Amino acid sequence: MNEINPPQAAEYLRFLPEIILIVAGALLMVLEGVTTTPAQKRRLGYFALAAIAAAMLGGVAANNNSGQAFHRMLTVDGYGTFFRELVLGVGFFCLLSSFEYLRREGAETGEFYALVLFSLVGQCILATANDLLMVFIGLEVSSIASYILAGFLRGDRRNNESALKYFLLGSFATAFLLYGMAWIYGILGSTNIDDIHNVLSGTDRIVPLPLIGMAAALTFVGFAFKVSAAPFQSWAPDVYQGAPAPVSAFLSAGPKAAAFAVFFRVFMTGFGPINGRWVPLVWACALLTMIIGNFAALAQTNVKRLLAYSSIAHAGYILVALTADSQVGMAAMMFYLASYGLMNVGVFAVINHVANRHEKFVHISDFAGLGKREPATAALLTVFVLSLIGVPLTGGFFAKFYVFRAALDSHLIWLTVLGLLNSAVAAYYYLKILAAVYMQEPGEATSTLQPLEPGLRLTIWATALGTLLLGIFPSALIGFVSNSAATVLGKLGP
Amino acid sequence: MSILLLTLFLPLAGFFVLLLLPRNSPLASPLARGIAILTAVLSWGLIAPALQSPATYTSSIDILWISSLGIHFHLGVDGISLWLVVLTTLLMVVGVWISDSLILERKKSFLALLLLFEFGLIGVFTALDLFVFYVFWEVALIPMYLMVGGWGGPRRVHAAVKFFLFTFLGSVMMLGAIIYIAAQAESFDYRQIIAGLSSGTLRFSSNEQLFLFLAFLLAFAIKIPIFPLHTWQPFAYEQAPAPATFLLAAVMSKMGTYGLVRFCMGLFPNAAHRCADWIIVLAITGIVYGACIAIVQSNIKRLIAYSSISHLGFIVLGLFTFDQRGADGAVYQMVAHGVSTGALFVLAGYLERRRGSMEIGDFGGIATVAPSLSSVFLIATLASIGLPALCNFVGEFLVLQGAANVHFWWAVYAATGVILSAIYMLWMYQRTFYGKAQGVNESLTDLTPSEWAPVLVLLVPLVWMGVYTQTFLPAISSANAQWISQSQARDEVQVKLYPALRPNGGLAPASISAALAGRVAK
Repeated sequence: MNEINPPQAAEYLRFLPEIILIVAGALLMVLEGVTTTPAQKRRLGYFALAAIAAAMLGGVAANNNSGQAFHRMLTVDGYGTFFRELVLGVGFFCLLSSFEYLRREGAETGEFYALVLFSLVGQCILATANDLLMVFIGLEVSSIASYILAGFLRGDRRNNESALKYFLLGSFATAFLLYGMAWIYGILGSTNIDDIHNVLSGTDRIVPLPLIGMAAALTFVGFAFKVSAAPFQSWAPDVYQGAPAPVSAFLSAGPKAAAFAVFFRVFMTGFGPINGRWVPLVWACALLTMIIGNFAALAQTNVKRLLAYSSIAHAGYILVALTADSQVGMAAMMFYLASYGLMNVGVFAVINHVANRHEKFVHISDFAGLGKREPATAALLTVFVLSLIGVPLTGGFFAKFYVFRAALDSHLIWLTVLGLLNSAVAAYYYLKILAAVYMQEPGEATSTLQPLEPGLRLTIWATALGTLLLGIFPSALIGFVSNSAATVLGKLGP
Repeated sequence: MSILLLTLFLPLAGFFVLLLLPRNSPLASPLARGIAILTAVLSWGLIAPALQSPATYTSSIDILWISSLGIHFHLGVDGISLWLVVLTTLLMVVGVWISDSLILERKKSFLALLLLFEFGLIGVFTALDLFVFYVFWEVALIPMYLMVGGWGGPRRVHAAVKFFLFTFLGSVMMLGAIIYIAAQAESFDYRQIIAGLSSGTLRFSSNEQLFLFLAFLLAFAIKIPIFPLHTWQPFAYEQAPAPATFLLAAVMSKMGTYGLVRFCMGLFPNAAHRCADWIIVLAITGIVYGACIAIVQSNIKRLIAYSSISHLGFIVLGLFTFDQRGADGAVYQMVAHGVSTGALFVLAGYLERRRGSMEIGDFGGIATVAPSLSSVFLIATLASIGLPALCNFVGEFLVLQGAANVHFWWAVYAATGVILSAIYMLWMYQRTFYGKAQGVNESLTDLTPSEWAPVLVLLVPLVWMGVYTQTFLPAISSANAQWISQSQARDEVQVKLYPALRPNGGLAPASISAALAGRVAK
């Protein structure tokens, strides 16, 4: 293990998506200096889109050649590939829907696109990380780019507040995580997730359990922060409300999915052998997250803030899958994040469309009469909202169904009952959006709507179709996620 | 191509076509009407095969849908679901027809939602897979929510949200129960689960059965609604636009009662037995309570809404007697109530459009200015009261007979509902139609030919079901006999398995629960 082997070509191939994104991002920073007109800037945006598409293809190529890379720092498997493609897809559509937004705000620059790419690099690393050090690097790369994105419109006070809060609280959480990692290294002598698992499951265990429990708790705090789980959720509403709409969409779907990916991988594989210790903790955390998210959302009138709380609530449902601590749970979490990514990016794209300049219209009542003004957009928004509620034939329903199935398989009856009741509570605040859209007369916002811009139109249609597809024909994805989960958990052996 | 598949998907296709039509397209109404009529005619194709073997599932479809979870798109029609499907498609013709004159704005969207609603209903009444059933159950909810909230009265949004939240709360619990059953049975298929239960390969402890039964019951009880979960109902009925009220009362409430027969009784007969007394108390309370509240209503729609609570109580009572006659009467009453209450709400809708109000005090003397309208309203009123030779009589009579077979006093208590119904219906009729027409009432018009058509469509089954029960009853009976005998068989098996636990060979209920407890312990 100590001898230095130069990485082989196959290992670079497994790192291909990240390489493409880094090169493209760096190139964008250079090109930013030589472009001047908005049309040229827009072309940079298209270039970034192409880079993401190329990275997605690179991800497929890497998956065909799966295995570990760089001294077991990375594991490219079905699980990692799934999250790579997921975050890249989220990034693609958020970027696509940001063109119109940036043009409206007069802020079209190559920096924005480069930052999105860098953030994606971090998330891709998180998706495949097999070592706590890589986890830390991925998290930082992703977060630092995200902090800047959250405050991208420098002149806007809400943006600044959002970025500052995100930065301060995020760094705090990262510190917890890093501290936990240091403990783990000190106790176990390794930061590799496989090694952690092996040491902890070894028969000749001489590991002091209270210490390793403490270390796991510290990493738990860090991850819980990143996925906005209670009681570490308080940053999310302010950040999502303040950040530019496409960035809010990105933050609530991309980094969260990547954080969940690594959260599950670390806890279900690395800390799998001591699951008796952390499962009760996650149980309480899941319940608290669902309750806080849903009940706080009831009182919201700002759509972005409402969706921030809804995103907290959804994190709670996903934590139910972690509590299940099973292969089905892991597969359910993957399915959930895929459908959540689709519906959330879609609903934020509609908000982006209605919001107008300087996000003037982000109140629920601003959606009044959308059904009369733009029946098609309203119908697609309905698909997203129904999916967020969890109504059948949408991805959101099947995701919830899958999560609670996993929970019942693991005999978490009370958590299931309380979770289901929570989802009934959630229906109330989502219905407020639908009520405004279909049951009220058009107001100022919907009367002055600009025609739907092509990028936004494509985003909304693609994500709506995806949401329906996952709801009506989930089979293919279920097959993939359960195989991937089986691989992740299976390679550990009994 | 299976006729059931066509019946089911034609309305869905109609929904999409209507969505794609331009906003004020003149094609919308004739198209929706054509699709509704065609669906109704197609659904008659289900009758012959179902009547031949009403105790099995005919015209069935079984397509693998979600392979990784073994979910099949499995539908079929037996003697119970047959008449509910036929009722649905028939009433939907009426619903689409009356929407033409009663819905004035965004007609196209409303008609589209009606067809989507029909798709959901037919699915609910024919689903033989628990997952598929849940999907259709929710599919039927969304269009109704949008119809109530989008086209209703002044407080429509509140009514719609209340309606949605109540029913959704009930159905998520049912979802939990479905997942739980499927996890144990490793199948979502209704018939496989039943087979597993009766062969003993699938077992639930009596507590599990109780909780699963209650989860289903909650969903159905809210939908029906059973007292005391009815609070959403009068409000929603009052605020909903007339065609939606008509469908809410006539068919949507049957989703709940149908669910009781198919799932509560079919899957958990023992738990249903255990709870029967309590539920019958609630049912009888609902019968009397609904009737008493109806007496003091000043709004016609609310009055009919409360009378519905009363009539639906009879259905629940009949089912939980576990008596052949009671159950037959209950299922018969599901269809009959759909027709009679449907007719009342259609005619109330006509009155509302003419007068712009539903307050009884605003009417009076309508019989002189609109004699035809008054006559058909009287027929519907008498049917609702349960006059012999009209449809409700048969159902309520059988229910009372069944109740008397099991427990004489239940029949006595429930029968007060029939007497009270005569009081509130006739009093309402008297105040609305008799007396002297004054003010605007003098200029009210009688039924137009296009209004006659849906009324006639409803009057035919109203009388037919009253005078010739043999068309409907044999199929219902044999389908009911199936689940009643199954439920008894399963009881006996359990007692026989543990003869030692039977004190003195007696068949006291205590020994059954002791036997169950013994099984749990093992």
